[in-house]
Amino acid sequence: MFYRETGQFKTTYEADSSIFPILQDRIGIALILLAAFVAVPLFGNDFFINSMMIPFLIFALAAIGLNILTGYTGQISLGSGAFMGVGAYSCYKMATLFPEVNMIILVLLSGFFSAFVGMIFGLPSLRIKGFYLVVTTLAAQFFLTWAFIRVEWLYNYNDSGAIDTLPRKAFGVFITGAEASPVTRYLVVLTIVVAMTWFASNLVRGRIGRSWMMIRDMDIAAELMGVRPLYAKLSAFAVSSFYCGVAGSMMVFFWLGSAEVESFDENQSFLLLFMVILGGLGSLVGSFMGAAFIIMLPVALRALPELVGITVNPTNMEHYSIMIIGALIIFFLIVEPHGLARLWQIGKEKLRTWPFPYA
Amino acid sequence: MPILAWRIKGAMMDMLYNIVVDPFVQMFSAPDFLLQVLWEGFVSGTLYALLALGFVLIFKASGVFNFAQGIMVVFAALTLVGLHSLGIPAYVALALTIGVMGILALGVERFIMRKLVNQPDIILFMATIGLTYFLIGFGEMVFGGEPQKMIADELGLPTGSIDFDVFGGVVILEYRDIAAAVVAALLVFSLGFFFSKTRIGRALRAVADDHQAALSVGISLNQIWAIVWFASGIVALATGIMWGAKSDVSFALQIIALKALPVLVLGGFTSIPGAIVGGLIIGFGEKLFEIYWGGLMGGGVESWFAYVIALVFLLFRPQGLFGEKIIDRI
Repeated sequence: MFYRETGQFKTTYEADSSIFPILQDRIGIALILLAAFVAVPLFGNDFFINSMMIPFLIFALAAIGLNILTGYTGQISLGSGAFMGVGAYSCYKMATLFPEVNMIILVLLSGFFSAFVGMIFGLPSLRIKGFYLVVTTLAAQFFLTWAFIRVEWLYNYNDSGAIDTLPRKAFGVFITGAEASPVTRYLVVLTIVVAMTWFASNLVRGRIGRSWMMIRDMDIAAELMGVRPLYAKLSAFAVSSFYCGVAGSMMVFFWLGSAEVESFDENQSFLLLFMVILGGLGSLVGSFMGAAFIIMLPVALRALPELVGITVNPTNMEHYSIMIIGALIIFFLIVEPHGLARLWQIGKEKLRTWPFPYA
Repeated sequence: MPILAWRIKGAMMDMLYNIVVDPFVQMFSAPDFLLQVLWEGFVSGTLYALLALGFVLIFKASGVFNFAQGIMVVFAALTLVGLHSLGIPAYVALALTIGVMGILALGVERFIMRKLVNQPDIILFMATIGLTYFLIGFGEMVFGGEPQKMIADELGLPTGSIDFDVFGGVVILEYRDIAAAVVAALLVFSLGFFFSKTRIGRALRAVADDHQAALSVGISLNQIWAIVWFASGIVALATGIMWGAKSDVSFALQIIALKALPVLVLGGFTSIPGAIVGGLIIGFGEKLFEIYWGGLMGGGVESWFAYVIALVFLLFRPQGLFGEKIIDRI
C-alpha cells in the first residue's frame, strides 16, 4: 500500500535508467542521507560516532570492495585485509613524502596503489577458479603482511613498526590526527563512502558490471558471447582492491589513528568475507547491512548483560561473543543463505501488497 | 661513469651469486647440515600431510572445504589433555576423546550439514568458518586460553633421539618425529584400506562421485557425512597429538589449517596420496628455502613460501598433481 509504483510513469530514458526509479525509494534514501549527515553529528555522542558509525562506514566500503569481486564477479578472495593494508601503508608513505597535499586526495590516491597490487595478484584468476583462487589470494595475504613487517621503508624505519596518523588540515580544520574531532572525521568518511557507493552502484549497473556478472554466472558462456575474461576479471580485481585500499587508509587515518600489521591480517579478510556473505552476495545494500551486523554485534553483545542486569567476567564475555558470532553465522547461513539483503527484498515485496495478501 | 657501471654490474653479479650459486655451495660444503634440514622438512611435511588428510576426507565425501579442521586439531588435543588432567589414565582419556570427536561429528552433521544440503560451496565453506569461531569460543571457555603441554610421555610416545655420524657431522633424528611419520603412514594405509575394501568405504566413494545416484541406491547421505566427519576428527586427534608433542597445544595452532591449503592444491583436493606428496613437497621446500635463501630476504619467509609454491604450481597444473582433470562444459 505504501510502497508501490502504481501511477509512476517513466516518460524519459533518463527516468528509466535512474538509480532509484520509485519515488518511495528516493524519499527513503533522502531521509537516510539526512539522518546520516545531519542527525548523527547533531545528536550522536562521541562514543557512538567513533566506535560505531565510523568503523561501520569504513567496513561497509571495504565490504563493497570485496562484494564487487566475490559477489559480482564470483572470485572468492581472502586477501582483502592485505589490500586494505596496501592502501594504508601507501597513504602513510605519501602523507610523509608530500605533507602539503590534501589528505582526502591522498586517501583516494592510495586506492590506486592497492588496485595495482590487486591486479598483479588477480592474474592467476585467469587460469584458476573456486577454492584454488583462495590459495592465490591467501598468498597475497601472507606475502603482503610479511612485507609490511620486513620492508622497513614502508613505515619509515620507526622502532614500533606501526604507522601513525599525521595531523593534517583540510579546508581549515584538522581532519586527521589527535586534534580532529570525531564529528569532522565522521563527515569526511561519510562523504567518501557515499560518493564511492554511488559510483559503485553505477558501475555494477553499467557495461563493466554486467560483464562481471556474466563471468560470475558462467565464465565460458560469457567468453563465447564476447566478454574478455582478462579485462573483466582484472578490472574486478582492480576496482575491488581500490575500494579496499581506500577503506584501509581511512581505517588508519580517520578511525584508529595508528595501526600495526595485525590490523590487516587474515582475520580481517575473514571478517570482510563474513560481512559480504551475511549481507548478501552481489548486493550493495547487503554490504552495508553485513558491515552493520558484524560491527554492531560485539558492541551489542557486550552491552546486553548490563541491560539485563547480569555481570559477566570480561574474559568469559570475549569467549561467549566469539561463540555467539560463530553460531549466528551458521544460523544465518541456514535460515537465509542469500543474506540480509534478501530479507530486505522480501520485506519490500510484503510492503508492496500490504494489507492485502496479494496485488 | 664506467666505475658506476662496473659497480652496478658487480652488485648484480653478487646478487646472482647469492641466489644461484651460494646456497648450493653451502649445501655441499656441509652435507650433514643439509641432511638435518631435509629431515626437519620431512617431519613438518608429514604433519602438513596429516592435516591435509583430514581436509581431503571431508572434501571427497561432501565437496565441503572444511576450514574447521585446524580448530578440530586443537580441540581434540585440548580435550585429551583436559581429560587427562582430571585424573583419567592416558589411554582411557584417548578413547574418551575419540568419543567426543564422534559426538562433534554427529552434531555437525545434524545441525549444520543436514540443513545446508544443496547450498553452493562457498556457503558451506563459510559455515565451517562459523564452526571454527564457535569451537574457538567454546574451547577457550572450557579449557582456558593458555597453551597446554601434550601428554606425550603418558601416551607412550618415545623420547630421545638417534644420532647418525655422517659426512663428518651428526644428524639427529628424534624418536618422536619418527613416531609421527610412522603414525602418519599407518593412518594413510588404514584409510586407504577403509576406502577401497570396506562397505562403508565404497559407499563413501559413491557419495563422492554423485550424491543423487548414491541416494537412489539406498546410501544414507547423513550417515556417510557423520562418518567422514568422525574419521577426520580422528585424523585431527592424531595430528593434534603429534603436533602437540613437538610444541605446546595452543589456539595459535589453528592457523596451520591455512597451511593445508597449498598442500591440497599441490596434491589435488580429492587425492589421499596427493595429500601426502603435497605435504612432503611443502615441508621440504619451506625448510630449504627458509634456511638457504630466507636470509637474503630478511627471514620469516616460511609464512608465505608455501603459497607461492602453490601459486606457481597452479599456473601450470590447475588440477594438482593427482587431481581429476577439470573439464568445462557449457
